[in-house]
Amino acid sequence: MPKPKINWAKVEESEKFAEMVKLFRQGKINRDDFRRFRLQHGAYGSRMTDDYSMIRIKIPAGEVYPEQIEKIAELSESFSIGNAHVSTRQNFQLHWVALEDVSEVMRGLTEVGLTSREACGNTVRNVMCSPIAGVCPDEIFDPTPYAMAATRFLLRNPMNQSLPRKFKINFTCCEKHGMARIADIGLIPHKVEVNGKSQNGFKIFLGGGLGAQSFVGHHLEEFTSDEDLLYTIISVIRVYDRMGNRENMARNRMRYLVNELGWEKFQNIVLKERAVVRATQSVVIKLELDKTSEVLRKVSISSEMPSHPTGFPRWLKTNAVKQKQPGFSIAFLTLESGDVTANQLRIIADIAREFSAEGRIRNGFAQDIVFRWVRDEDLPKLYARLLEAGLANPGALTMASVIGCSGTTSCNLALTNSHRLAKEVQRKFLELKLDEDDDLRDSTIKISGCPNSCGQHEIATIGFYGGGGRLGKDMYPLYTMSLGGRADEKAMLGLICMKVPTKRVIPTIIKIVEIFKSEKRPGETLDSWVHRIIDGNGGPNVKSLNDIKELLKPVVVAPTIDQDKDFYVDYGNDGSYHAKTGRGECAA
Amino acid sequence: MCCLSKEKTMRVTIDADALRSDIRDKSVKVLDIRKEEDYKQGHIPGAINFPLSNLLADDSPDKVVQYAQSFGIDDETPVVVYDDTFGALASRVAWTLQYIGHEDISLLDITFGTWKKLGLETSVEPPSLGKKTHSLKLQPEILATAEYLMPAKEKGAVLVDNRERLNFLEHHIPGAINIPYRMLASNQNVLRPKEELKRLIQNRNISPGSEVITYCGSVGTLSGLGYYALKSIGMENVKLYVRSFKEWNSLEKPIEKQNDANYWDLSAE
Repeated sequence: MPKPKINWAKVEESEKFAEMVKLFRQGKINRDDFRRFRLQHGAYGSRMTDDYSMIRIKIPAGEVYPEQIEKIAELSESFSIGNAHVSTRQNFQLHWVALEDVSEVMRGLTEVGLTSREACGNTVRNVMCSPIAGVCPDEIFDPTPYAMAATRFLLRNPMNQSLPRKFKINFTCCEKHGMARIADIGLIPHKVEVNGKSQNGFKIFLGGGLGAQSFVGHHLEEFTSDEDLLYTIISVIRVYDRMGNRENMARNRMRYLVNELGWEKFQNIVLKERAVVRATQSVVIKLELDKTSEVLRKVSISSEMPSHPTGFPRWLKTNAVKQKQPGFSIAFLTLESGDVTANQLRIIADIAREFSAEGRIRNGFAQDIVFRWVRDEDLPKLYARLLEAGLANPGALTMASVIGCSGTTSCNLALTNSHRLAKEVQRKFLELKLDEDDDLRDSTIKISGCPNSCGQHEIATIGFYGGGGRLGKDMYPLYTMSLGGRADEKAMLGLICMKVPTKRVIPTIIKIVEIFKSEKRPGETLDSWVHRIIDGNGGPNVKSLNDIKELLKPVVVAPTIDQDKDFYVDYGNDGSYHAKTGRGECAA
Repeated sequence: MCCLSKEKTMRVTIDADALRSDIRDKSVKVLDIRKEEDYKQGHIPGAINFPLSNLLADDSPDKVVQYAQSFGIDDETPVVVYDDTFGALASRVAWTLQYIGHEDISLLDITFGTWKKLGLETSVEPPSLGKKTHSLKLQPEILATAEYLMPAKEKGAVLVDNRERLNFLEHHIPGAINIPYRMLASNQNVLRPKEELKRLIQNRNISPGSEVITYCGSVGTLSGLGYYALKSIGMENVKLYVRSFKEWNSLEKPIEKQNDANYWDLSAE
């Protein structure tokens, strides 16, 4: 059985953490210093209380092994709420862990080579990589070894322990799959011929990112060779560390620096910095690329299977795709807002052992889990296993797979329960079988509980962020809806359309689908229809986003509190809505 | 003599090998706290069935003494209890016997499920019961009542809630800290190794000499396990609030909760 190749852990860090908690409780360390320390080690405060933490477990490139998954299951039962959460940046998160137990969770993680170090705080966060890298039919080469090597170089590296703010690096496999344009550094594999020799490298995008103000990344240069990759990463981090804003918390991500300097100036500084870095390194530093080729295991399935598991064709259509390697498929497991129980995690670990020729899984970009190297003929059995475990929801690769940040379930900044709303929307989509509708397949719904973009609402076809509304003196929860966001090669941020009360979000989405159906041209998808309208080529009835807004107006009218009490209550609450937040420690 | 009996009560758990040898010597009474129908399918050889529901129907000291006598347990009989509910039900029975003054009682350190998985011997034979006499020497120092809690807390006692985290966040006795029962077990054993439990307690800045009162949701099972976890690391002054949160709530005593957060919606159940 394959074992984790890299040990990311350091056991001393858990001992140190336990010691620091004691000193903090005894009043021997001040709150701000302790907070910085805590975040550096991957533990956030929880909503309205520092007595509990959310621990973010870094999963570089999203790659995680069965024994690691089982350990996370065990730790979630012992110290958290018996559930774990898959984030949009491929991490696992454990919520509501008592501050006094954080060190125990860290200790447990070290037993399986995992760490939460630099998962939060002003550091380089988890280095992401497309969950289908290595098996993507469209990729030029597999970027995973580069993502791993970059992590290995950066983790605990003194150069990024105290940046102006967090820093995100995303590798993708190809133009279609990934988030290269919404990261501080985004990378897409690229190859050129140099003197008749083929040279691996990347297209690099800088200064992208989502937040209260979002930007799409800028393309650094035609081609960055893989030999220059590390120099480029170091240069960008150094420039940011030196020039980034350390004063204004709201404007200190690198994208603001790029915006303030202007792209050309920033680009120049980075390229010059790279020349200096390259010339002045006293020791030649290189990424430690793991070039050993993977040995695939022979898979032998022992699972029994009912002869025709119900729902299989629907699941196959919406959750599985073929790999570039003939005979193998990739199966996506969609989780409601990324939540998964400890028992389900154990089953996922078993399934990885049994069904995947690489014997492990990857966390995806959509709060999902990805099994790769599954033999095509084993898919029905895989489905049957997932069905037994309550993990066979269809619609993983469709609009039904809704993103919801943690919202008021645990986050200090949240204004609404986006987490639950995402679950409700997903359930409604599956109930209406909208996952089977090809017209909706390439569209997305993403929901954030506040204007910060942990739910990535700005790159959604239909995106929402939470807030509060008022009718007379009565407050109700609502979302601001944007349309037309994208993260692919035509990346753009969604355009704000209108405010939608929380309890009208589902009817609004359904109405949009209805309008689209009556307006669409043959072969057109929801996403392409929205873009046709944004580009000013709408039909006679719906020419602009404003026309969509007009058609939706009757759906979003606020009733009085006497007419509809429920309208004034957010999901998961008994009483009326009131906006309440604590101090932010940053995001998702 | 006093020291000897103290040493005996320190044996909070017993492992399978030691129990098997005690069974062979016929020097121990074993109580199986599972439901009767489960017991009938097979149990540890010689074990007497004592479903928790029987105890809970009437756990008055007199009744408990009667039970002990009918099982053939006198003041000196070593008793071992087990269940298939991570040791929580067994703990409640053990505590009750201790409360009436029985000193030599231990938890089997694995559940019956694990016993079976290890391939250890089971039996369907009912055991022979001989009546014995047991005295009643109440041990009030291991019992906490609703009235006792707040004054004790003010004097520095630590109140420990052994329910799961989400239940604790939802409501708990003011000032309590949460040590969910799941924290207490290791993969195989109903209690973690002592050094691990000690660390968990040290991390919370609880000193070994502190008075600690455990409670849980309703009948003192989860908190019974919490009680024995603390005893196993040598803490002397531990009490069980056996009527637990159910009684506290019904008495309309003050309650604390973690407000303004929808933590239940994080569950994938």
